[in-house]
Amino acid sequence: MPDASIAPMNRRSLFKLIGMVAGSAVMYQAMAELGHAGESGYTGPVELKGDPKGATVLILGAGLAGMSAAYELRNAGYKVEVLEYNDRPGGRNWSLYGGDSYTELGGFTQQVQFAPGLYLNPGPWRIPYHHRAMLDYCKRLKVPLEPFTQVNYSAYLHSEKAFGGKPIRYREVQADFNGHVAELLAKATNQTGLDQAVTKEDREVLLEAMRIWGALDKNYEYKKGLVTSERRGYVSDPGGGLTSEPTLSEPLAMRELMQSQLWGFIAAGHIYEFQSALFQPVGGMGMIGKAFGKELGNLIQYNAKVTEISQDDQGVTVTYHDSKTGGAPKVAKAQWCICTIPASILSQINLTVGAPMKSAIDALYYDSAIKVGLQFKRRFWEQDESIYGGISFTDMPNALIGYPSTKFFDDGPGVLLGAYTFGPNSFQFAAMSPEERVRKAVEMGTKIHPQYPAEFQNGVAVAWHRVPWTLGCAGHWTEELRATHYDNLCAIDGRIMLAGEHASRLPAWQEGAVLSSLDAIKRLHQRVMSG
Amino acid sequence: MLIKSRVHVLPALCLVGLLFLSAFAAAPAEAQEIHAGGYPQQTGEALFKGLCQGCHMPNAQGAAGAGAYPALANNVRLVAAIYPITVVLNGQRAMPDFGDDLTDAQIANVLNYVRTHFGNHFKDIITPANIAAARRPKAPPTP
Repeated sequence: MPDASIAPMNRRSLFKLIGMVAGSAVMYQAMAELGHAGESGYTGPVELKGDPKGATVLILGAGLAGMSAAYELRNAGYKVEVLEYNDRPGGRNWSLYGGDSYTELGGFTQQVQFAPGLYLNPGPWRIPYHHRAMLDYCKRLKVPLEPFTQVNYSAYLHSEKAFGGKPIRYREVQADFNGHVAELLAKATNQTGLDQAVTKEDREVLLEAMRIWGALDKNYEYKKGLVTSERRGYVSDPGGGLTSEPTLSEPLAMRELMQSQLWGFIAAGHIYEFQSALFQPVGGMGMIGKAFGKELGNLIQYNAKVTEISQDDQGVTVTYHDSKTGGAPKVAKAQWCICTIPASILSQINLTVGAPMKSAIDALYYDSAIKVGLQFKRRFWEQDESIYGGISFTDMPNALIGYPSTKFFDDGPGVLLGAYTFGPNSFQFAAMSPEERVRKAVEMGTKIHPQYPAEFQNGVAVAWHRVPWTLGCAGHWTEELRATHYDNLCAIDGRIMLAGEHASRLPAWQEGAVLSSLDAIKRLHQRVMSG
Repeated sequence: MLIKSRVHVLPALCLVGLLFLSAFAAAPAEAQEIHAGGYPQQTGEALFKGLCQGCHMPNAQGAAGAGAYPALANNVRLVAAIYPITVVLNGQRAMPDFGDDLTDAQIANVLNYVRTHFGNHFKDIITPANIAAARRPKAPPTP
């Protein structure tokens, strides 16, 4: 290539680059499909018309699936009772605060030491703007929401293997990646490399598009200048008076940026579920579960460990005992049962359902995930680095650092999400003691924020495979499993129906849990009304 | 490729991490370390401590809450090697499948470790060939 502005770029590396760019687009597409991106089917509060004449429903589990079902059925005139293993409502809708004690499987107990008002959401932590059922329930239950920042241009992208391990600002990676790609495409266009794909008229439009999209100069080059610093930021910002001259910044070299793979992190924010706006309840995600629990009051029986679920023509009988004290088995009966117990637990409970539903339950193990919350003496990410909310990503096993989207500019301590990871990294975190997980998260985070060791105060680590009431974070569906088992899992079996995120196509999302319940109770109501 | 279909259910954050899995070489195996993107541990002990004890607990006694993880200690069900081989390869109810994440040698090593520790004294040795033979035949690629 005659143009020297893209230094050592031969034909082969150009093809390689284009392959990478195409690969990234293909990957984004795949992600969107895997996430089953699509609008929530929610169109407003469910209407269950007609008098169920005091029909009884036993609901197992006081998570969002169980409580939304209980709430709507009660309002429609059903007599409902909810059995819950924990001593609190919410299930995976859960926040840990200072003063809380959490004991995971194996007996490892953590006393949460966060300062007042600070928290970790071990499970869900954000609600996309199109999760309409969740937003509507927050509104109906008067749970105040505030913005959750997903993408923050000031946050970092980090790889231990790139740029000497130095974290790079998101805005720099994004601007430089777009700019370099735009320049390449502009060159290809000018060199008639795209003649077959683009008409002569379109070529001019494409060139102009590349210039604007990529912040190219009049020669269609991406290089240091005012126009690129306006995208990627300055070394020193424009100011006022006699000290106003900005210092422009130098773009990252294309080859190093491509090889760093940092651009891969950008795609996360493009995903439908992570696009602005997102929300979080003020004071922690667990506020939703608390509000539901308050609304349902004594309809929920806590500390109830279910050991058997049986049914016959007349109704459903559930055997349980006190999850804390044991004691004699008790029995609850109803005409119908909505069971939201995670499949990982349900597969271990005696259950009279047909083979199709039983096979579906048995086929679903739960994925591994861990979260680590770290409290620091001060909000150094805001004070030193101008990071207000959002997420830094890294290729270290902690995967990311999430900054609180609340209480900005507070002078007191703050809690970061110091690790949130799935897959093998997460299994390995789970195999550690909680203290070791916290120590590891601090160790890794120090490579991004050197302030960590001096500012760290305390932390809490939740490994979902050690959560006693889920044995994992969310049902593990594959395309094959869905094809074989999904319909059987969701179908009514005699007098029993299942609900929860595992009975949805929004896996691991609260919206999926709620929508699965609304779908179940509509079908149940139809059955009841038709006698 | 390492996580393969397992990523289907995960909020997409983790998918981004997939890009990096193949890019970074494994660090030397040792217990109680975390290695980005896979399981480089090779010895039975390192694999048990780095992975299995997350659920089966450091003493292999298992644990119980609303549901339970079985104890591997003093477990007579380990007597027929094919049983734990099948469970590790294919999963069983709450137990994930690790057939795609671990090599034949890794699975043999960790099973030999468990079957000769924690009060287990099984004499027969599981070989990587035993694991290979127990793997389900791969489905032909979809046209």
